[in-house]
Amino acid sequence: MRIRPLVRLLTVAAASTLAFTACSSSSSDTTAAPASTETSAADTAANASGTADTVAAGNEAAAGIKAPNLPMATEIGAGEGQLNLIAWPGYTEKDWVTPFETASGCKVNVKAGNTSDEMVQLIKTGEYDAVSASGDASLRLIAAGDVAPVNTDLLKDYADVFDGLKNKPWNSVGGKAYGVPHGRGANLLMYNTDTVTPAPDSWSVVFDAASPYKGKVTAYDTPIYIADAALYLMKTKPELGITNPYALDESQLAAAVDLLNVQKSLVSEYWSDYLKQLSAFKAGSMVIGTAWQVTANTAIADGQKVAVVKPKEGSTGWSDTWMIAAKAKNPNCAYLWMDYIISPQANAMATEYFGEAPANKKACALTKDKNHCTTFHADDEAYFADIWYWTTPTKDCLDGRGPKCVDYAGWTKAWTELKG
Amino acid sequence: MSTASKGIARAFARRRWAQLTVLLGAPLAWLVVIYIGALGALLLTSFYSLDSFTFTVVKKAGLQNFRELLDVSVYRRVALRTLTVALAVTVIDVALALPIAFYLAKVATPRIRRILAVAITLPLWASYLVKAYAWRTFLDPEGGLLRKVFGLSPGFGLPAMVLVLGYLWLPYAILPIYAGLERLPDSLLEASSDLGGRAGATFRSVVIPLLLPALLAASIFTFSLSLGDYITVGIVGGKTQMIGNVIYANFGVNNVPFAAAFAVVPMLIMVVYLLVVRRSGALENL
Repeated sequence: MRIRPLVRLLTVAAASTLAFTACSSSSSDTTAAPASTETSAADTAANASGTADTVAAGNEAAAGIKAPNLPMATEIGAGEGQLNLIAWPGYTEKDWVTPFETASGCKVNVKAGNTSDEMVQLIKTGEYDAVSASGDASLRLIAAGDVAPVNTDLLKDYADVFDGLKNKPWNSVGGKAYGVPHGRGANLLMYNTDTVTPAPDSWSVVFDAASPYKGKVTAYDTPIYIADAALYLMKTKPELGITNPYALDESQLAAAVDLLNVQKSLVSEYWSDYLKQLSAFKAGSMVIGTAWQVTANTAIADGQKVAVVKPKEGSTGWSDTWMIAAKAKNPNCAYLWMDYIISPQANAMATEYFGEAPANKKACALTKDKNHCTTFHADDEAYFADIWYWTTPTKDCLDGRGPKCVDYAGWTKAWTELKG
Repeated sequence: MSTASKGIARAFARRRWAQLTVLLGAPLAWLVVIYIGALGALLLTSFYSLDSFTFTVVKKAGLQNFRELLDVSVYRRVALRTLTVALAVTVIDVALALPIAFYLAKVATPRIRRILAVAITLPLWASYLVKAYAWRTFLDPEGGLLRKVFGLSPGFGLPAMVLVLGYLWLPYAILPIYAGLERLPDSLLEASSDLGGRAGATFRSVVIPLLLPALLAASIFTFSLSLGDYITVGIVGGKTQMIGNVIYANFGVNNVPFAAAFAVVPMLIMVVYLLVVRRSGALENL
């Protein structure tokens, strides 16, 4: 009994030691990285638009990211019998995981990640083989040497993945792919159809001090949510000169934080666990706020009266990539999983369950709802034109303005200060 | 027994230091490497910095993390809030635990005492998360149980957090106080009463002084457990945050050095607290 508080204090200490060891080994990898993976500002500007599909594949790389030179698998050997995944909620349901387990002999253990930050922390424990990383996690993982490049030649369905998802700044560095695309979608405005009338078509209901839903608004509790405020400002206050919600200099970040402070007076609670959001919508303490399609699907299946909309300002979104841990203990099973999850049938099931656009073209023919790919605009690059995929902010501005932007560590501080 | 093992036994019998080494070697190594080693690594890391370009830790010692902790007001506010919450939880828990423990130790029949002891320790068998989420459904300002039954609820925020943490750590306050009261001989209470002391006077001049070590032990539990908590905050804390949440957020960006520096703050608070407790002489009676 008496040592309990000591144990608790030391848990913090032990956790940081773990991370500390993980970092010390990755930093030595980084120093060995070749300088050739750095990229020019011109490339960066083209990539940073996030949606422009004009840049030839192969020369894209994210701003300011140096990737350690890690080896890539040359063949897929026999499965190791198990696989430890970190996944977004709804990405690894029984319906498509069980057939994989039967076929590959890899028993799948899943740890759900609620935020990209959580996923980055989890992969650093070294206990996981693969992760479904969004763009704001993937670059951090690549730069820290936590994930290895993927030999896409070993994956039989990679050729069928939409070109709009391959070799993008958030899943490749220096022309090397660091994973396979899973699917993409937008962060939507979810609202209770009973209390929220008329149906909203703008993010103003969650940012305007005069919002009629004061005290029942919710927002996503992670620094990357600052981009949602920046996107709203980009559309409503052009004089700030924001061209990319992930490339904010000091004054633009301050403007976004000011807006978030206004929002804070409207917010009942922030959410990071989508189950907490679901229960709060059900209880009625939240009626409107940013959400994922899967949250709305689950709420509707539960009989709740909610709807989602992509507001006219556009929205932030995600394009997720399955990445393999550099220190994966079960690399063959991880490759088998990547091969499986982009196969038409599995990709159709997983993305239809979550409510997002699949990565594999052929998945569109296999969804239960034949309109799934149309509903989620799988092949409609124009739809994704006003969706800003989560990307890690770096000091070297993603819109090519040079090294005057606030990096993600700065965003984290801003978020901490916002919460007070 | 073979001659060889007899020889070993004889060798050990003559050398007490050898006996001690073999007996305590393993636990001592565990303590030094795992406990002290981890703390040392934590302290060391807190002087490093983060390369924001590559998100890797730069191993060059400097005081920048601590300077930032002092310069940016939000960290002071968070530290102060955490301290206040921990103190409030401690005061509430000790105030609640004292009468319960007194009843258990001095009034209840053995049968009732057994039943109550089980009732108090039973919640410890349920998962912390389950209990925190259960409180969430109680506290919900719209459809929660408190609202439905009593017509009012503190909602989510600091008061809710104090309430839930107070609930979670209550058994850790009751048990040491109960143990302290058990050791307090009934004859002292009777003697005080024989000498004309009323209940209040007996409590003030006999029970409290003798019980002080137990009360402080209980407060160490509730205080330190509240100081490090960050999960309850996420579930019922509304928009607020504590030291643990800031540390957690910094792990997400791999800013381990800053997280380590901030982790030093609750450690310092605990050290100061323990020194104060030690000065009061209470630790010698434990």
